[in-house]
Amino acid sequence: MTLNPMRQKSNDVLEQASALLLAPDGLDVGALDVGLGHAMGVGIDYADLFFQRTWHEMWVLEDGEVKDASYSIDGGVGVRSLSGEKTGFAYSSQISSDALLDTGRTASGIARSGTRHRPASIQVAAATARYQGVDPLSGLSAEDKIAMLKEADRVARAEDPSVTQVSASLTGVHEVVLVCASDGTLAADIRPLVRFNVNVIVARDGRRERGSAGGGGRYSMERLRDEKVADKYAREAVRQALVNLEAVAAPAGQMPVVLANGWPGILLHEAVGHGLEGDFNRKGSSAFAGRLGQQVAAKGVTVVDDATLADCRGSLSVDDEGTPGQYTPLIEDGILTGYMQDKLNARLMGMQPTGNARRESYAHTTMPRMTNTYMLAGRDDPEEIVKSVKRGLYAVSFGGGQVDITSGKFVFSASEAYLIEDGRITTPVKGATLIGNGPEAMSHVSMIGNDMALDSGIGICGKEGQGVPVGVGQPTLKLDEITVGGTGT
Amino acid sequence: MSQAFNAEQQQSRLEERAAMALDLARQMGADACEVGASVDQGIGVSVRLGETETVELSRDQGIAVTVYVGQRKGNASSSDAGDASIRAAVEKAISIARYTGEDPATGLADAELMATDLPDLDLHHPWALTTDEAIDLALRCESAGREQAGITNSEGASLSSSEMVTVYANSHGFLGSRRGTRHSLSCLLIAGSGDHMQRDHDFTTARRSSDLTSPESVGMSAAERTLRRLGGQRPRTGRLPVLFSPEMARGLVGNLLNSIAGGALYRESSFLCDQLGERLFPEWFSLGERPREVGGLASAAFDGDGVATRDNLFIDRGRLASYMLSAYSARRLGLETTGNAGGARNVRIEAPLASLESLLQQLGTGIMVTEMMGQGLNPVTGDYSRGAAGFWVENGKISHPVEEFTVAGNLREMFAGLQGVGDDVDRRGSIQTGSWLIDSMTIAGQ
Repeated sequence: MTLNPMRQKSNDVLEQASALLLAPDGLDVGALDVGLGHAMGVGIDYADLFFQRTWHEMWVLEDGEVKDASYSIDGGVGVRSLSGEKTGFAYSSQISSDALLDTGRTASGIARSGTRHRPASIQVAAATARYQGVDPLSGLSAEDKIAMLKEADRVARAEDPSVTQVSASLTGVHEVVLVCASDGTLAADIRPLVRFNVNVIVARDGRRERGSAGGGGRYSMERLRDEKVADKYAREAVRQALVNLEAVAAPAGQMPVVLANGWPGILLHEAVGHGLEGDFNRKGSSAFAGRLGQQVAAKGVTVVDDATLADCRGSLSVDDEGTPGQYTPLIEDGILTGYMQDKLNARLMGMQPTGNARRESYAHTTMPRMTNTYMLAGRDDPEEIVKSVKRGLYAVSFGGGQVDITSGKFVFSASEAYLIEDGRITTPVKGATLIGNGPEAMSHVSMIGNDMALDSGIGICGKEGQGVPVGVGQPTLKLDEITVGGTGT
Repeated sequence: MSQAFNAEQQQSRLEERAAMALDLARQMGADACEVGASVDQGIGVSVRLGETETVELSRDQGIAVTVYVGQRKGNASSSDAGDASIRAAVEKAISIARYTGEDPATGLADAELMATDLPDLDLHHPWALTTDEAIDLALRCESAGREQAGITNSEGASLSSSEMVTVYANSHGFLGSRRGTRHSLSCLLIAGSGDHMQRDHDFTTARRSSDLTSPESVGMSAAERTLRRLGGQRPRTGRLPVLFSPEMARGLVGNLLNSIAGGALYRESSFLCDQLGERLFPEWFSLGERPREVGGLASAAFDGDGVATRDNLFIDRGRLASYMLSAYSARRLGLETTGNAGGARNVRIEAPLASLESLLQQLGTGIMVTEMMGQGLNPVTGDYSRGAAGFWVENGKISHPVEEFTVAGNLREMFAGLQGVGDDVDRRGSIQTGSWLIDSMTIAGQ
């Protein structure tokens, strides 16, 4: 065996994380053993300590000026004790020996009898870094950050005289986490996350519309500047707003729909993704429960959850339980092949964790969550896909979506869409909301483009009140039939 | 609860922390400063299939500092209110204010608008509840629901109880604080199996535990709501009258309030820009807020700027009578603040209320919407299209469940087309309304 350079990397991250999380309050790795001991009370079969600190910065431009900016620091430790299907959870915004004692005793109170297990000896998790552990806030000076925002304002206003409002924001989060668990896991991660966003309002002939564009990922703010995103997203936001200014009411009823590549992959997130999270399947509350090995989508449909993509918004070097991020096939050629798991649900279902354990912060408990969820490319030429539709809808961009995982019903709303008439993309339409049933919609996929693309890095997924950054993607897709909810005919 | 929480002590601690932050800001060169601090502590338990699932003790706190240097502004916040963290936050806020641009509208609300009368609104009613008692209540709730024939599975029942203290202080010398409690119990059940599963829930929430409805009634109601959804069909595509249940009508009121909020107006991102005085609803409809209601779920004597709250009438006999403004958004629009920094509080409808039965009669044949999905509203144009589920109504009688369809229209037309408001008022939120009957919307189904 040769020396694994990635192991070296993990140790570096661990040292940095310990220095940022434990050392300021006088703790060291030895304190973790003691903390775990408190959390492993009688009857507890697993416990973990999750240390986290985040530095969050946001700069906002309105009316051509950066009038508002904010900075926040949050941090603490969350302690979880598991006993069978039971979870005891407590947290503290102090990282100290006293806090570990209090939270550990509180969390382990979930069980009152049983064996007292010893935590396994600690082993540093060997994980490949999926992004650089940089502080994304420090790469640019305040002047540079403001200049980027002003550039967006200038470009958007120069793009078209009907632009009346431009707002732009630049946000960055520097997150440092360290996880120590009774199964011997010791892992740390430094997760940068940045995003640049532009919103515009355009007005013409008594009509007003909006457009927006943005993106980012797990890297430094410098890269946003070097990639000239201010210019790119300002133009894109204005283009979308101008399209919407011309839009007519979307039709109502069932019709074929072509979804463009990239962000429309929100379809997969809602129609498939949530229903394949381990907790819902263990509890039997998902429309996909008990269907492993069954055909749940049209042939040719392959959907994966992939935390390993370099620098992507949803990527994770290790998840919030210290499991390395993975590439997890969910649906292969239409057959359901896997669920997304955290340790609790994997253990109860007799499966392996898939690196999908995530939590909004130390003050929230872990759940199985998506990372980057996308459909692999097919063979169809996107132009041919559009040409194959006599009358239908072409949807390019979406606002948000939602799913009822039990009935399988999902909905998502287009923010840019067009009619397809006789195989050609024609008039823009507004107010097109798509509604369907997950497994049914996936069986209506009849053409899959060869142009798989990921979104630009804008997604936030909400589940039980917890928000986490995610990515989505897909090639151009044709659904033979889905309900479009406009007001037109 | 194992963590002791002395609200009075927390209140004086936060008041002292806020005062310290104001002093520091002044010493470090801020011309004006405001500080918000809060602590929220609680217990949450959940049970599923008759077993305890989670026990969670929470304690969230934070302090946020806003400083003004001339007409420039900076914000910083921290989850820790220790001396060093407060100092770091103030320093950071001041350093940010060196870079932000001048804004003529920025700054504290005018000193003479600060609330001086701070009555006790009776918002603080802690519940001496042990973890075992909390689990027992949740178990009773879930079990009452699971006993109903046809319930096949459960996502469980949850009980939470929390106490919070909020402090706001600014360099006009204003210092206001309040204590409050919130207790909630909810249950989510599943009926049917395989491709034909349905879920629904019910909940109760109050400031006093004695105002909660019984665990059994919450469980049984959750079961009833779940069971009535089984066998849903897809409605035909077409234009139909739509009755929004009280919970869904609350969302429409929320859409209205968001559209008359100062921030949306000065950003031109509301379909109600420049509509003050215009008729939006029928003449019999008025809507306002009562922020100083004793014991109200959203009651407060001062708003997020320290300005005294007051009863506001936003819709007066159908017309848009007032926007909903903070000090900043008011300056941006050349108007006066309405004491709405932080939103509207205890929103009430003033209109003749009809029984649900008579609203259904009035509706005739159409759809009653009891659930909506997705975010299909364009606030700039008022264009509205959302996923929905509910019931088909035939000649004034509920016929069968319907699902997987959208309801679409434009809020402006929906408001103008309001035909009646029900007396089935849902009192579980800051916005309280009964059902709304809208004359005509586009349904997209099969």
